[in-house]
Amino acid sequence: MSLLVPAAEHLPDALASESTLRRFLHGLPGVDQVGAEARAATLATRSIKRESKRWALDMAVRMTDLTTLEGADTPGKVRALSAKAVRPDPSDPTCPSVAAVCVYGDLAGEAAAVVAGSGVHVAAVATAFPSGRASLAVKLADTRDAVAAGADEIDMVIDRGAFLCGRYGEVLEEIVQVKQACGPAHLKVILETGELATLDNARRAAWLAMAGGADFVKTSTGKVTPAATLPVTLVLLEAVRDFAALTGRAVGVKAAGGIRSAKDAIRYLVMVNEVAGERWLTPEAFRFGASTLLNDLLLQRAKQRTGAYAGPDYFTID
Amino acid sequence: MPVFDYAPAPESRDIVALRPGYGLFVDGAFTEPADGGTFKTVNPATEEVLAEVAEAGPADVDRAVAAARRAFDGVWGRMRPAERAKYLFRVARVLQERAREFAVLESLDNGKPIRESRDVDVPLAAAHFFYYAGWADKLRWAGFGGDPRPLGVAGQVIPWNFPLLMAAWKLAPALAAGNTCVLKPAETTPLSALLLAEVLQQVDLPPGVVNIVTGAGGTGRALVAHGGLDKVAFTGSTEVGKQIQRTLAGTRTKLTLELGGKAANIVFDDAPLDQAVEGIVNGIFFNQGHVCCAGSRLLVQESVAEPLLERLKQRLATLRLGDPLDKNTDIGAVNSAAQLERITELAASGDAEGAVRWQPECPLPDRGWWFPPTLFTGVSQSHRIAREEIFGPVLSVLTFRTPDEAVVKANNTPYGLSAGVWSEKGSRILWTAQRLRAGVVWANTFNRFDPASPFGGYKESGFGREGGRHGLEAYLDA
Amino acid sequence: MPDRLAVRKTYKLYVGGAFPRSESGRSYEITSAEGRFLANAAMASRKDVRDAVVAARGAFAKWSGATAYNRGQVLYRAAEVLEGRRAQFVDEVAASEGRDRDDAAGTVDAAVDRLVWYAGWSDKIAQIAGSANAVAGPYFNFSVPEPTGVVAVLAPQSSSLLGLVSVVAPVVVSGNTAVVVASEDAPLPAITFGEVLATSDVPGGVVNILTGRTAELAPVLASHMDVNAIDLHGAAAGAATDLEQAAAENVKRVLRRPDAEPDWRADPDPHRMLAFLETKTVWHPMGV
Repeated sequence: MSLLVPAAEHLPDALASESTLRRFLHGLPGVDQVGAEARAATLATRSIKRESKRWALDMAVRMTDLTTLEGADTPGKVRALSAKAVRPDPSDPTCPSVAAVCVYGDLAGEAAAVVAGSGVHVAAVATAFPSGRASLAVKLADTRDAVAAGADEIDMVIDRGAFLCGRYGEVLEEIVQVKQACGPAHLKVILETGELATLDNARRAAWLAMAGGADFVKTSTGKVTPAATLPVTLVLLEAVRDFAALTGRAVGVKAAGGIRSAKDAIRYLVMVNEVAGERWLTPEAFRFGASTLLNDLLLQRAKQRTGAYAGPDYFTID
Repeated sequence: MPVFDYAPAPESRDIVALRPGYGLFVDGAFTEPADGGTFKTVNPATEEVLAEVAEAGPADVDRAVAAARRAFDGVWGRMRPAERAKYLFRVARVLQERAREFAVLESLDNGKPIRESRDVDVPLAAAHFFYYAGWADKLRWAGFGGDPRPLGVAGQVIPWNFPLLMAAWKLAPALAAGNTCVLKPAETTPLSALLLAEVLQQVDLPPGVVNIVTGAGGTGRALVAHGGLDKVAFTGSTEVGKQIQRTLAGTRTKLTLELGGKAANIVFDDAPLDQAVEGIVNGIFFNQGHVCCAGSRLLVQESVAEPLLERLKQRLATLRLGDPLDKNTDIGAVNSAAQLERITELAASGDAEGAVRWQPECPLPDRGWWFPPTLFTGVSQSHRIAREEIFGPVLSVLTFRTPDEAVVKANNTPYGLSAGVWSEKGSRILWTAQRLRAGVVWANTFNRFDPASPFGGYKESGFGREGGRHGLEAYLDA
Repeated sequence: MPDRLAVRKTYKLYVGGAFPRSESGRSYEITSAEGRFLANAAMASRKDVRDAVVAARGAFAKWSGATAYNRGQVLYRAAEVLEGRRAQFVDEVAASEGRDRDDAAGTVDAAVDRLVWYAGWSDKIAQIAGSANAVAGPYFNFSVPEPTGVVAVLAPQSSSLLGLVSVVAPVVVSGNTAVVVASEDAPLPAITFGEVLATSDVPGGVVNILTGRTAELAPVLASHMDVNAIDLHGAAAGAATDLEQAAAENVKRVLRRPDAEPDWRADPDPHRMLAFLETKTVWHPMGV
């Protein structure tokens, strides 16, 4: 491979050719599904109370990529969502902003206009999201368009077809080229683990993405079931932990799709804490891709603040 | 200060109504011991006295065996099996209904984390009764002949590491097969068995079918040596097991023994490493290592020893030691001062014999009995920590180069209770599992238990099986 | 005077596939049930026990690792050879046990049939003693019987061949190896049975047969730390308690001495095989 691969310095042998890449990915330690699920289930029994719960709820808000990815999205919808991203709970000035607004590329400009100066990022899905079924040229153009429109984070999808066929070099090359097309924007690489089917594949795809220069590895598009699960996130967290041990570079993890309750979000934070470590307990290194999750986080924050159970009518539906 | 510090999340102990004193459970009622002796049972996490418990002497044991004999002859032995089954189903249901209470009590008396008593001990105890209840009216299909008969009165002596669960392992198959029982819980953990006695009252189990005599070694010896037993079942140390086997020499009393172990946990270079780390942790730090089948010898292939140990150490650093009632505690208290002394002494022998001790940063509470998770590297087969059962959270790490060497080292022990093997290669797993001289082999997992799964040892780890169809044999005239 | 002087057989021990004299150099006189001199048998010592256990341990890995089908064929072959030497065994059993020839012939036939019966169990015992266990989780869980190891067998004192075959075959068919103490007063059929084994594909060391004083040899076996189990059938009534106590030192599996001698001609059941089997349970996750 004649690619300029970001991780080449640390993985020179693995990236030497298509066959060495394959050997490397298949030489990664296997993942026993039952064991991984059991570990995730045990971590999910952690009981987070009082001040640690308050901290976790705020952190989860700060880690949220508030997302709308519908065919019916309009500028108005995106502007409303972006306003909420900046001030999720207008009744509570202590409530932090979310990490980013996540939209289709053509609406990135609408979002950027609203969040400008707030510190909230604009994430755009690109590369023929969600299927990824387009030529490389189209995917690169999609990416450049979104960046030009104001996105400073790009959520790309990998070519699952190529991955499942074993054409790993092709998948890697695409990631590398999209990364270049991103310019200064951060790149999140969506593995769509629900289509990769096994945890072994999830681990291999994560390494492929990290080798290609991903700033984040992301579980899912949200359009495929299953989306994010605790076990698959566990595997991604192990991968970024191991990659950091090898290269020193801490790649982030984004769990996207299917996380709807504050209780679930806290379980993910516990897992981040105990599997990857506290280096990942920041919005720079862990994200939730979610839409309805935010309101439950706000509801639980209010309960923690006031002591009374809150009701959904007191939080905005955007 | 960690970024994400978990606030204390203690389970409330109010659900348990401790009585200041407990009598013996004989013939369906709590009674005073003949000589009035008592002993104290203590919360190992705080050294607080939980209750005074009656100490049964020979006269009390005699009374309990007589009650069991009457119940066997008069009621239980002649009851329609389907009716016996229904009593056991009732017990299972009440254990589920009162699960939280049992879990809290078990953690108080034993020191084990509530996460384990809640998620393992109590649900498995209920499952055991549920499983064997179903056998009661199906015994002639169990493969022990067309008309298998109960033996009569069973004397059962159980250890302190899984007090309720061991009681269930003993009582459920014995009762299902039509025997009556005299159970002796361990002296440091008698309370859950006594709460179980209240459950037996709630389900209207006929008096004398189960009798519980509390006390220490002397009570156990009196029970085992009582001439009126048809069956003795013992779980505990190999040393005491041998004494019991000698005691019963020349008698017609049927005996099963579930004794100590020094299990090897073999990690091949193609293992799923992250799950292997979990299996190693679960293998030796589950229940503070107070587990006869604990994976106390890690045998790791040299080519992966370094990355594995690095991951293992990282993982050990995340273990949370402390208040057993805190729902986030991973490692609770050592059950007794005597046990702590033994662990401390054996660990010191590891230092003295040249192994290298590693412990994560792990502050210990001021009161109570604690031992931090401990790992010894540079251990050789001749070290005491590689040969003797420590029964504590201490892992000895040894290495091997070839599969043959792994098997030889794993089997190089007088024990043979359990073993673990980790590899992604099915053929290697089966090859290894076949050669391990151990009664339970966990492949790519460790410390799993199920009422349908036979459990028991080879060699000096004892004989007979508990669990499954095999577990019935100990209580039938097969 | 007969025209021809018979060539008498020397009866030795059967250890590790060979027929050594006792290391002690001792022998003892064997007479028929009527008191007629039959032979001098080797009187084994504790060192012969030691050698026999070493031989049995050495043979265990290969014998227990052989396919069940193979063990069945080997034992069936032994039955064929036994049948082929029927006349010799009828003579020896008749002389040793004081039976008439018809009765002895019936005993020998039963011994052949017994061996065939057990040979057929080799690849079936796992199917009645093993199981697939339905555990509450994503695990494949199965239990298989495995041989206990080296088993000491105190053979029946009265039934010199049929009794011997009835206690040895169930031990070895599942893969155990055996150290057998033959009937003290009627050991000759046992040694001749050793010749049958030696000439019928049974690997050396799988069955080792000692002759001598049961009271002298049994305690050595019962206390031997490399013996995994002991069948006390042929022990003296008063000796069983001491032997069981000695056996506890390494938690031996003990098949106790029966109160009364069984009817060896009656149909057997599998319990003698099951007494010398361990159950191994294996867990493995089921995932993708």
